[in-house]
Amino acid sequence: MTRTVLPATQPGPAADLPGRRRPRMRLGRWSAPLGIVGAVVVLLWLVVAVVAPFVVPHDPLAQDLPRLQAPGSGTIFGTDALGRDVFSRVLSGATVTIPLALLLVVMSVLIGAVLGAASGFFGRWVDELVMRVTDLVMAFPTVILAMVIAAALGASLLNAVLAALIVSWPSYARLTRGLVLGLRTSNYVVSVKLLGFSSWRLLLRDIAPNVVGPILVLASLDIGTAILLLSGLSFLGLGAKPPTAEWGSMVSDAVQNFDSWWLGLFPGLAILTIVIAFNFVGDALRDALDPKSVTVRGGGATL
Amino acid sequence: MSEHTISGRRLSGSAVPRPAGVLTVDDVVVDYRGRPPLRAVDGASLAIGAGEVVALVGESGCGKSSLARAIVGIERRTSGTVRLAGEEVPVLGLRRRAAAMTGIQMVFQDPNSSLNPRRPVGDQIQDGVRAAVARGEEPSEPHEWLMRVGLDPQAVRRYPHEFSGGQKQRIAIARALAARPRMLVADEPISALDASTQTSVAALMRSLVVDAAAGMLFISHDLSVVRRIADRTLVMYRGRIVESGHTETIWRDPLHPYTRALLAAIPVPDGAGRLPLAPQEADRDAWTEVVPAALGRMAPGEGA
Repeated sequence: MTRTVLPATQPGPAADLPGRRRPRMRLGRWSAPLGIVGAVVVLLWLVVAVVAPFVVPHDPLAQDLPRLQAPGSGTIFGTDALGRDVFSRVLSGATVTIPLALLLVVMSVLIGAVLGAASGFFGRWVDELVMRVTDLVMAFPTVILAMVIAAALGASLLNAVLAALIVSWPSYARLTRGLVLGLRTSNYVVSVKLLGFSSWRLLLRDIAPNVVGPILVLASLDIGTAILLLSGLSFLGLGAKPPTAEWGSMVSDAVQNFDSWWLGLFPGLAILTIVIAFNFVGDALRDALDPKSVTVRGGGATL
Repeated sequence: MSEHTISGRRLSGSAVPRPAGVLTVDDVVVDYRGRPPLRAVDGASLAIGAGEVVALVGESGCGKSSLARAIVGIERRTSGTVRLAGEEVPVLGLRRRAAAMTGIQMVFQDPNSSLNPRRPVGDQIQDGVRAAVARGEEPSEPHEWLMRVGLDPQAVRRYPHEFSGGQKQRIAIARALAARPRMLVADEPISALDASTQTSVAALMRSLVVDAAAGMLFISHDLSVVRRIADRTLVMYRGRIVESGHTETIWRDPLHPYTRALLAAIPVPDGAGRLPLAPQEADRDAWTEVVPAALGRMAPGEGA
């Protein structure tokens, strides 16, 4: 850009500019091939989660097939010890696990971000209170604490989500607090304060948009962890109850019939693919949102 | 300029603020907690009038920035008062700043952290306009301000990362001036810029501030720029203002030993290849002494 001083008679700046330029998140940044692969796999699983109830070849709960049938002979993924179709159960598992994992992450983000932002922005006793609670939760190993809470609440899938929520919000609170704390004293926030704007306006308009990126990255990486945690709790008998087609409890059932490899392999692969896919998406998101990866358009900008 | 200029004589601790001064700083002390506590500003007083540009110079760590931040209210003052047009400037807290107090604005040293990376620059200048309107001033358009600081008015929709450091600093200046401040505090606004940009930005700031009949406290360690733009100069050493008064007087005939050392350290591009004298450690004790004659110095020709 050069120093062109236009006469005042020129049309206003709104007249001939194409649309608002967004600085980040253009499709070009998604060039990371793994990110695209991850996004495709995630999308496929999301579609499966939506359409599974309508397209499964068998009722996932019906026990009307020959027991422990190997894949290929009449069924795609074989049948389990109770004569249920493994393929239908794996597809139905997506309907059970993915929405719950998403719910879990969204709730963790909301709780963590709100408490973390309040903590970083208001400081003092608010900060002390929130941070000591996060310390308390984080002092325990995540899975063990979730197990204890889930066991105390009673085995059900919703209680497993609640237990996972209690152990997973503090990381968001910590992250958000750190980001807000840094931005609160930054020159541009101070400048806006000097211009007489209220704290709420500052928080929502000047701080929040600069905090969303890193939280989004953590959240996308965390969906995989959430699926693992929910499956893990179900595997331990603290989550989904039989006969629910949940991946973790399917793997758990497979342990009793170790020779029938297909019982554990396919739900295990389902967990593996979606966890890896969400991690790829998270990594790509992190790269895309990294300010250092931003290219300056119309380069050579000097005074 | 002389009709606007008021005397830079050091005010005594109990002095009544002069109505002529837009900004009156009276015996401000800034301490930083620690062991031992650090006294960054040790009783600084100054007054700046409308349309007057006052420079504050001194070495790194002498308390220039602390004083600037205490004046606008970013830093807590241990004691002393700061008044903008007679009204006390409060410390910036969680509460929103009163409209009257948006009459004091600040430009920071680092242009990269002065602007929100996720908002178009026009929106950010609009914030300044809004502050001016809230104070009952005439509304204005962000692109006019971009034009005024020498940038393309069509750039209102661009984002900060699309500008160079010097351009970002111009935008930060535009935002501050769009609030139509009565007082602009500039904390080393040119030191992050390259040499050729420094002079143009400093000159631009002076002309805009003088045009708006506002006052400006311009902090810099670039003495040659200060000589060109400041009506008066304050020299700070270890938290105290050791010499003050008309810029040209101080430049030609520095009275305080620290001012002399400071001026002797400026390289002279006369082709002789001489390196300036590095200040000697042994001289530092002499620099803390108080030279009453060095304060409130008049322009050459004016009465003492």
